[in-house]
Amino acid sequence: MTDTQPIERMTSAAAFCRGAVEAGRSVFVYVLFGTFIGYGALAHDLGFTISWSLTSTALIWAGPAQVIVVSALGAGSTLVQAAVAVALSGIRLMPMVVALLPMVKTPKTRSWQLLASAHFIAVSMWVESFRLIPQIPRERRLAFCNGLGAGLMVPALVATAIGYALAARLPTVLGAAVLFITPIAFLASTARNSRLLVDKLALVFGLVLAPVFAYAQVELDMLLAGVTAGTLAYGCHRFREAMR
Amino acid sequence: MSLTVGDIDPYLALVLAGFLPNEVWRWLGVFFARRIDEESEVMVWVRAVATAILAGVIAQLVLTPPGGLASVPLAIRLAAITAGFIAFLLLRRSVFAGVLCGEAALVGLSLLFGP
Repeated sequence: MTDTQPIERMTSAAAFCRGAVEAGRSVFVYVLFGTFIGYGALAHDLGFTISWSLTSTALIWAGPAQVIVVSALGAGSTLVQAAVAVALSGIRLMPMVVALLPMVKTPKTRSWQLLASAHFIAVSMWVESFRLIPQIPRERRLAFCNGLGAGLMVPALVATAIGYALAARLPTVLGAAVLFITPIAFLASTARNSRLLVDKLALVFGLVLAPVFAYAQVELDMLLAGVTAGTLAYGCHRFREAMR
Repeated sequence: MSLTVGDIDPYLALVLAGFLPNEVWRWLGVFFARRIDEESEVMVWVRAVATAILAGVIAQLVLTPPGGLASVPLAIRLAAITAGFIAFLLLRRSVFAGVLCGEAALVGLSLLFGP
């Protein structure tokens, strides 16, 4: 980057804008856009209002957790089941926050600033900040990350609204196509993120067991199927380790 | 314990079941900024369970979909997700290629064989 400015020249506002511009250049913004069109459509067809759907994108800001919570609540699952499933999917955020914060913190940084910034941390924002913040002076990194987060979240909010509107207005076949974005996009991206055997097995077992549990009308089917499938995959992993 | 979204304000449900259980991990990351070993046994198990839950939701979205997608016959939904996944595997594990082929299969098969 040739336009890296020295610290004394770069204001916080400039760092925020720089982050927002980098978000616009990121490949993730297109991925997010498509994913959140699917999410908006899903929220529409599960009976949520548009303002609820937008609020959920702003407040949760994690694709898998959002899909889990609308699917669970929309299907009439209990709040407890939805909350536990979301909590299990959200644990992965903690190591991301832990890894990123030391790179943006200064002795003057207040806790509330960190809490606010941490809200933006999700997979896409995290990957991009690791790539980009070495170019930013430390004192401006928090502002930069906020700009990056906002620059990804605003398009996601727009996409949520577009998806919602499309699901409400498109003819049946195309409306179905918009709704179909969520399962196919999440299936492919989960498979892509599954590098280890244990993750791949968890994906396959989850795909198979969830319908079985639902068909058998097991109480808390989504949660129990997930815990069973995940534990089974983990057991296979342990067994394989032990055989070595 | 058996409260559903129909029993309380939907925004309260969003905060209780969506926002808080997710956000708390970000807060814990801020306050307990100890490095977490992502390859530790507990984290491997957590990741497996989280992956399986998401996989289960994906399966349910294809098998018993909401609203508009339910109008597409089950056989077409299954064929489309399979086509999309095979395309993803064949085309350098590109999520974009998978989505595009899955969508093309869904729309194409619906127009050809749909109701």
